[in-house]
Amino acid sequence: MRPLTEEESKAVFTKLANYIGKNLVHLIDRNDEPYCFRLHKDKVYYASEANMRLSISVARPNLISLGTCFGKFSKSGKFKLHVTALDYLAQYAKYKIWIKPNGEMPFLYGNHVLKAHLGRITEDTPEHQGVVVFNMNDIPLGFGVTARSTVDTRKLDPTAIIAFHQADVGEYLRDEDTLV
Amino acid sequence: MRHCVRILGNFKRLAEEGRSRSEYVAQLISDIASYYGYNEFLAEKLFHLFSVAEAIEFFEANEVSRPVTIRTNTLKTRRRDLVQALINRGVNLEPIGKWTNVGLQVFESTVPIGATPEYLAGRYMLQAASSFLPVIALDPQPNERILDMASAPGGKTTHIAALLQNTGHVFANDANKARTKSLAANAHRMGCKNVTVCSYDGREFPKVMGGFDRVLLDAPCSGTGVISKDSSVKVNKSDRDFMLLSHLQKQLILCAIDSVSPESKTGGYLVYSTCSVTVDENEAVVNYALKKRSNVKLVDTGIAFGREGYTQYRGKTFHPSVALTRRFYPHVHNMDGFFVAKFKVEKRAKVTENNVGVDAVTSTVADAAEKVKKVEGWWFAFFLVYIASDLCVYVSSRGKTQTDEDKGSSCSRTTQGLVSKIGMKAAA
Repeated sequence: MRPLTEEESKAVFTKLANYIGKNLVHLIDRNDEPYCFRLHKDKVYYASEANMRLSISVARPNLISLGTCFGKFSKSGKFKLHVTALDYLAQYAKYKIWIKPNGEMPFLYGNHVLKAHLGRITEDTPEHQGVVVFNMNDIPLGFGVTARSTVDTRKLDPTAIIAFHQADVGEYLRDEDTLV
Repeated sequence: MRHCVRILGNFKRLAEEGRSRSEYVAQLISDIASYYGYNEFLAEKLFHLFSVAEAIEFFEANEVSRPVTIRTNTLKTRRRDLVQALINRGVNLEPIGKWTNVGLQVFESTVPIGATPEYLAGRYMLQAASSFLPVIALDPQPNERILDMASAPGGKTTHIAALLQNTGHVFANDANKARTKSLAANAHRMGCKNVTVCSYDGREFPKVMGGFDRVLLDAPCSGTGVISKDSSVKVNKSDRDFMLLSHLQKQLILCAIDSVSPESKTGGYLVYSTCSVTVDENEAVVNYALKKRSNVKLVDTGIAFGREGYTQYRGKTFHPSVALTRRFYPHVHNMDGFFVAKFKVEKRAKVTENNVGVDAVTSTVADAAEKVKKVEGWWFAFFLVYIASDLCVYVSSRGKTQTDEDKGSSCSRTTQGLVSKIGMKAAA
């Protein structure tokens, strides 16, 4: 377990900023407790400093996870967000998509969001913008990247893709082993 | 079988002339073993836990599965909202009982209950009703540091984190690395942000970290309480398994006690639980812990129902406070067979003077003899050993009459050993 290097933090923060924009500040400067990012076995964890200090006593081979896992670095140094970060993303998300009940299960099986399943979308969402996907009861289901801006979606036919799938909570069942 | 039960119920009147009670019992046990598919050893072990009629009920209850229950994740939702959401999905459910305000019992469901969007989003956890009990007994308070020693797959861990409201810190340990994967995934799914997952052998624990406010030890066990879930237990457990398991449990419970901080202002508690009903994994382990650590005592578990633990069982007598532990049975409470004990760990009192006396004598005699051996003053050695053995006899007699028989006899054994060793050297 170690703090992120400058390059690594840059990779993580640019990825996060894609979803939560300026709200990123709220993750770093919190009012309640100081929190920090830590790297352990290529995975990035976000935990309060008090918890992190306690976790230091666990030896490296024995530590499995601490706090919240945000994602992992690939071998080529790219950062991939995991669905485990969804709690924080949903809390601070700038752009959101709500999907209808009939679209919930297809999305949870890892499919893209189709126009037919779209319930609601934040007004001024641009193209290729990170969005958090909710169902109509406001339960966060995952996140993705928009394929078109809000204005363009109006003209699309029902089978067109609105948002590309990136992560969904179904991964807790499908990829339990690689998740954290 | 029913015939045997009837006769054993009223032995004096109904028994045939010339057949003893033990004959009937042996007959019944072998019938049970073949009818329900147990090995004889386990059938006998479980049979003796209950009265005859109740034993049959117990074996019968192991053949039916327990109701599916779920626990609301109070970190993310409220029970009322969850019930509404699930009813909309076509699930028929109801609160388990008055003793918990987060549990729900599922009667029937048109969708797989372990794959609904609500489940995946961490609104609830699939968890047996019995698994609520140790956490209720543990009663974690916000801002505490808590250790869950054998935690996979994380039902109890996430329950603890929910009761802490994501404050404080939970250490979730499991010896099996493969199982920590699902543990970590569950902790993340349920939105527990204060959990550290680690994979140690539980017996290493006070060394890794101590000073916990509360410790939950849900010990690895034979699983005789969950036969309805996993019927392989019926045939694959032998005497040796029970011995190894209870040995491991005894080691673990001592480590767990040592991990609790007696100075804790709000806590200082240990909860020991198993999903087994046998006495040697439960009361015997608890009794062992009481004997080995003078600074712990049993306290009330805070669970309103359940049977009291046995204070004596087939010739073994346990500490009277063992009655404060609680047992749960499938045929009585309609949940898995379970055992919960709650300890309060207090500051360690000073070791009693008598024990110190004996220990000190043994060690000084040994030390002195070593030194003397080095300078090879044999006569002096004999003299010393002579005095020492006298002294030891005195101490051991005192030890016997007062408290500690073991220490006294071990002391005189050491002296005897020394005498013979030195004697041999001298002869050479």
